[in-house]
Amino acid sequence: MLDIFSIPLPALFGQLLLGLINGAFYAMLSLGLAVIFGMLNVINFTHGAQYMLGAFAAWLLLTNLSIPFWASLVLAPLIVGLFGVLIERLLLKRIYHLDHLYGFLLTFGLSLVIEGLFQWKWGSSGAPYPSPIAGGYNLGFMFLPAYRGFVVLAALVVCLATWYGIERTRLGAYLRAATENPTLVQAFGINVPRLITLTYGLGVGLAALAGVLAAPIQQVSALMGTNLVLVVFAVVVIGGMGSIMGSIVTGFGLGLIEGFTKVVYPPASNTVIFVVMAIVLLVKPAGLFGQTK
Amino acid sequence: MADATTKDPLLKVEELQAWYGESHILHGVGFEIGRGELVTLLGRNGVGKTTTLRSIMGIVGKRSGSVRFEGQETVGRPSNIIARLGIAYCPEERGIFSSLNVEENLMLPPAVKPGGMSVEEIYTLFPNLKERRRSQGTKLSGGEQQMLAIGRILRTGANLLMLDEPTEGLAPVIVQRIGEIIRQLKQRGFTILLVEQNFHFAATVADRHYVMEDGRVVDMIVAADVEKNVGKLQAYLGV
Amino acid sequence: MTSQRTLIAALLIVLALVAPLVAYPVFLMTALCFALFACAFNLLLGYAGLMSFGHAMFFGMGGYFFGYVVKTMGLAPEIGLLAGVGGAALLGLVTGALAIRRQGIYFAMITLAFAQMVYFICVQAPFTGGEDGLQGIPRRALLGGLLPIDSDRTLYYVVLVLFLFGFGLIYRVIHSPFGQVLKAIRDNEQRAVSLGYEADRYKLLAFVLSASLAGLAGSMKALVLQFATLTDVSAGVSGEVVLMALVGGLGTIFGPVIGAFIIVAMQNYLAFTGEFVLVIQGAIFVVIVMAFRKGLLGEFSDWWKRRRAG
Ligand SMILES: Nc1ncnc2c1ncn2[C@@H]1O[C@H](COP(=O)(O)OP(=O)(O)OP(=O)(O)O)[C@@H](O)[C@H]1O
Ligand SMILES: [Mg+2]
Repeated sequence: MLDIFSIPLPALFGQLLLGLINGAFYAMLSLGLAVIFGMLNVINFTHGAQYMLGAFAAWLLLTNLSIPFWASLVLAPLIVGLFGVLIERLLLKRIYHLDHLYGFLLTFGLSLVIEGLFQWKWGSSGAPYPSPIAGGYNLGFMFLPAYRGFVVLAALVVCLATWYGIERTRLGAYLRAATENPTLVQAFGINVPRLITLTYGLGVGLAALAGVLAAPIQQVSALMGTNLVLVVFAVVVIGGMGSIMGSIVTGFGLGLIEGFTKVVYPPASNTVIFVVMAIVLLVKPAGLFGQTK
Repeated sequence: MADATTKDPLLKVEELQAWYGESHILHGVGFEIGRGELVTLLGRNGVGKTTTLRSIMGIVGKRSGSVRFEGQETVGRPSNIIARLGIAYCPEERGIFSSLNVEENLMLPPAVKPGGMSVEEIYTLFPNLKERRRSQGTKLSGGEQQMLAIGRILRTGANLLMLDEPTEGLAPVIVQRIGEIIRQLKQRGFTILLVEQNFHFAATVADRHYVMEDGRVVDMIVAADVEKNVGKLQAYLGV
Repeated sequence: MTSQRTLIAALLIVLALVAPLVAYPVFLMTALCFALFACAFNLLLGYAGLMSFGHAMFFGMGGYFFGYVVKTMGLAPEIGLLAGVGGAALLGLVTGALAIRRQGIYFAMITLAFAQMVYFICVQAPFTGGEDGLQGIPRRALLGGLLPIDSDRTLYYVVLVLFLFGFGLIYRVIHSPFGQVLKAIRDNEQRAVSLGYEADRYKLLAFVLSASLAGLAGSMKALVLQFATLTDVSAGVSGEVVLMALVGGLGTIFGPVIGAFIIVAMQNYLAFTGEFVLVIQGAIFVVIVMAFRKGLLGEFSDWWKRRRAG
């Protein structure tokens, strides 16, 4: 372990920053997955494709309509969220009464269709998206590119706002209650089907927002969400889907662990999250923040 | 069956049938409640009292027949619309949400009509709830949970309250307290449909009693006639 | 009924024997490999109620083990097949023991995650050949040199025998007391446990069995096509096998075989469309989940029953 200290500090912090950024995406995506699962009983496999759609929407808005990043930050999640609403109304709505498995398969099929179409139209190599904030800060021990700092902050704000919305507002109370007993909530006069649609739209919008944030860092490509969603599944298993704060903490934490691994033992950085998942399954199968049902 | 009801009932149920999946539970229930009345549904375990309330609320698998509230037909409408007409439901299992604290539970049902009780009034009625308003809903005692389940439907302005066995499993003092509260609610002008197993409790609060057997209403007894029908009632209820 | 079934089975075997006279043997062999893979998957989902979304790890690793033993170590194909089965079984034991600690949809996510881990390992590990995979695995003669398999036609019959062996094994398992317990666990785990069955042991055994057969199928594919690549351990293939079982009919014995032939044929005919194959596969998923959840065989037998009754 001593050789950690022989690693130059800027390299260490650079990787930790990258880890934090990945963690921000894990947190935003696993948050959306958890909220959707709570209300719809569907593991939304399309989440990765919807993340990609967010990035693509921003890129298309920029290249075709010269709409800048800051406007896309609002527009793209809105467009993709509306698309999600359509999916919920046309397809998902009809399968809630079935086993969870069918929602999983349906959304898997949808992600194949969406990613396939984009790959077919735009190929699988990526397109660059210019960084909206240039420059950076020299923190002494490392150089912090301004945009990357912004991504971490923005993701943190979005996550905490989501937490606040669910745990502290009236709409959030409807959501929590409907997750427990939708029939009774509807019998109180709340339009639960619409609440479900809204939840799906919000969860999808969150994924799209993560995609927009990712666009200037990664290449915008049809398959940018494919592997990510698989890692996020592991994140969700590790955290357990019972707690909003749990999803956030787990997401950021695992990003950091990944970044750290990249410094200590790079070949394992891809797999370390899965190893953590195996350990959690051994020690606390319900997940770090999950309740054993 | 004596017809002792008003010309213009608040709720009129006719030929109500209900199913859970394949099983046919209600076979033509009929009864009515006048404005400001307190009426009970009595009957043995499993005769369909809860199912009747759930059918009125629109939360059974399938139903047919007619349920008119203030003259409007509700069969065929979703439960959230029925609730907005002014019907509030306090379920047998109480339905307190564990992910909500007491105050959130209390504030959950949206107002459907003007004229509901204010939160302060409800806290005056149930002082315990105020003390424990930051606790998790399901951490309350059984009696407190029942009070919360009743309290939260008073805020909404609904004029018909449907209470399913509010005294079930509670200590005698609490049962007494709930009796007082139900009488107060009646005085405030609420119309109440009460499902009860505890006939002695029901007799102290109700204007009229409907008796159910096997998915049907088979008899109706007004409060004044209860004394002379004790034998019959005991036979119905198997006590 | 039984005699009818025997008749159908006999018919199918005759069909299988003459098939290479009318269809390309390589196509038939590939389809048979996937058919065995789909049957192995179906054993787990259709009869034990366990939905593995990571079965490509066993199929793909089966191919790598086979290739490594035959090409890199220069050993006989039989040993390669054994290595493929054994390696997949071991991998199944480890991942299965962890995955069965959660139920339902979590089980699917966990298997998927482990498969992704295996995929990442395969990208980096030296013995898989990375992005290139293992190419040019020799078709060495079987039975100590007695049975040369350079000819596709000969190899077809070898593959057919291997397939029938795997298929027969699955059939026997489903109809054994072990299979009955599995079904009981699938239908109501708590009840099975209260009857004294150690559900986890049964599930794990079913998982390992299914993994081994998937490994056999993967080794067979490497034997036929003479290569093993990353594609076969990827999530895409995990999804494909689900699709095959789903198209044919989950929990039916022949369904996955039919599904595998349909999907492999579709991929062959639509290969020219490139990425669009994925779109079509995705659309089939959507259509089946929305409208034909029982798959071809399930819907057909429903239709047949209705026709007879009506
Ligand atoms: N969800 C359900 N699915 C199927 N059958 C049900 C369901 N709920 C109730 N039943 C059946 O419907 C019948 C009537 O039940 P219901 O709950 O209405 O009776 P009840 O009069 O309220 O009885 P209790 O006094 O025990 O509360 C019973 O035979 C019960 O078994
Ligand atoms: Mg009841």
